[in-house]
Amino acid sequence: MIKRIAAAIVGIGVAGGVGFLAYAWYPAIAPVAPPPPSTFTAAQIERGRVLAAGGYCAECHTRTDGVRGVELAGDYKMDTPFGAIFSSNITPDPETGIGRWSEAAFKRAMRKGISRDGTQLFPAFPFDHFTHMTDEDIDAVYAFLMTRQPVHSVKRDNTVGFPFNIRLEQAGWKLLFLHEGPLKNNPKQDAEWNRGAYFAEGLSHCSACHTPRNLMGAEKASAPYDGAPVDNWIAPPLNDHNPTPVVWTEDEYFKYLRFGSAPLHGSAAGPMSPVVHGGLSEMPESDVHAIAHYLAEIDHSATRVSQDPKAIAWAMKASMKDLVGPQVNPNAKLYAGACAACHANAGPQPVEGRPDLALNNALWLDEPTNLFQVILRGIGTTEGISTVSMPSFYHSFSDADLARLATYLRATRTTLPPWTDLEKKAADVRKTLPAPPVASSH
Amino acid sequence: MTTFRLNGRDVTVDVPDDTPLLWVIRDEVGLTGTKFGCGIGMCGACTIHIGGRATRSCVTPVSAAEGADITTIEGIDPEGNHPVQQAWREIQVPQCGYCQSGQIMQAVSLLKDYPSPTDEEIDAVMAGSLCRCMTYIRIREAIKKAAANARGDASNG
Repeated sequence: MIKRIAAAIVGIGVAGGVGFLAYAWYPAIAPVAPPPPSTFTAAQIERGRVLAAGGYCAECHTRTDGVRGVELAGDYKMDTPFGAIFSSNITPDPETGIGRWSEAAFKRAMRKGISRDGTQLFPAFPFDHFTHMTDEDIDAVYAFLMTRQPVHSVKRDNTVGFPFNIRLEQAGWKLLFLHEGPLKNNPKQDAEWNRGAYFAEGLSHCSACHTPRNLMGAEKASAPYDGAPVDNWIAPPLNDHNPTPVVWTEDEYFKYLRFGSAPLHGSAAGPMSPVVHGGLSEMPESDVHAIAHYLAEIDHSATRVSQDPKAIAWAMKASMKDLVGPQVNPNAKLYAGACAACHANAGPQPVEGRPDLALNNALWLDEPTNLFQVILRGIGTTEGISTVSMPSFYHSFSDADLARLATYLRATRTTLPPWTDLEKKAADVRKTLPAPPVASSH
Repeated sequence: MTTFRLNGRDVTVDVPDDTPLLWVIRDEVGLTGTKFGCGIGMCGACTIHIGGRATRSCVTPVSAAEGADITTIEGIDPEGNHPVQQAWREIQVPQCGYCQSGQIMQAVSLLKDYPSPTDEEIDAVMAGSLCRCMTYIRIREAIKKAAANARGDASNG
């Protein structure tokens, strides 16, 4: 009897396995001769250029570590909990790029995460978002990529270890986490919201960074837009868990996503800089408005915006704290000496171009990561507000100084509990950055 | 290669990306009105304007100024007659003078944000600009004088 039960279990297991293999197996799509540029219309290529910018293709398909690679030629190193993944060459080089990929092969990769040769792609490539794109848009991106200069470039090998390097497992991942195909129109929302959702959830894949991931590296469906660590920064929550005192309204989102700075929240920095300046800035203004409209609905800002004047009034009062008269608090002196010249605000509103720290995202997040990143690195003209820059205080402050400054700002410019273990956290952030040269006298 | 505008003219320099902007301005371009003080952005002597905002050039890597519109003390007025410079002369602010170009650049930027600044606003914004000769009282007076001149007041009281 036991034998028969065991046989039955094995039988079911084998059948299941065969079924899974049938599900997981994809044929190679025959290579094609690289399509000549005349295959595509100029309008389609231009549309593809804009979409490729708005999907940040070049961000993850251009090498940045060690040497700067040729754009779109791949080999970008992406550190994941499973090991390093190096992105592929998406220039139309026939040998090392996607030159021999047909439109059908490209579409299958975007929709299902399957390479031309039938192998499963890792979800480091956000096909779980690109799957929502329309045929027309995917074709336009294909037209753009296939008309780039081919670059012969072989990527480095991934360091993803066993058992995660078994690509067949990705099929199981997809069974659980891939919701293939276009997004359903939400009739309860207006057309702009639906257009915003199309970009935010699809092409521009906002939640790929702003939603925490589970142990299998998939976005947690239970915590959409709850914020997550990314590349030694924190991608803040975009839902109503975002702790900033002033809400992210559609207008604030639009200014931030379009120009790199939201006057009542701060500047783009770190991994968000290329999202804005290399990506969304290329998209039509109306599409960026749509994204802002959609995101502002996610954080329910309309229901909370009435509290903003009170929050701004509080922040403006906090902004001038400890800046007048003799100072005995050494932490306040650090702030007065290094930061206040640019960040202190008097009057009823922050002055444009004087980002107020009592309103700034970085001070209100659960961890000081972004604050330390910005103080240590600064923000260049290509990163935040495109006309101004913030210096790098890498050599100005020791880790102990950074801890004191963060303690002070958190206590006086927010109403939140203190951060802990700051000196170590400052050192941890510093370790991730190259040391700039010291500006000593000759 | 980094390209920016400096006092109205285009400048392209071929230096490592992390070179302090102060060195580029002084050594590559040859404008020496901007001074080296502490080298860590804590004294204000190296203050210039990037996009019209006071910025410590000693701790700003040149790459962070890509495409920027930069103004130094030499560029705020072709004749050296910016209202703040005039007020500085009227009040006879400097003693040794070393920090003064940075003080003036910070003051010009202050007056853009707060055209009629109070003592508190002056202290808050100017606190990062140190003067070893202790000319602070005259700096504050000159800032108010410049504000009054700009408003067209007959006197600043």
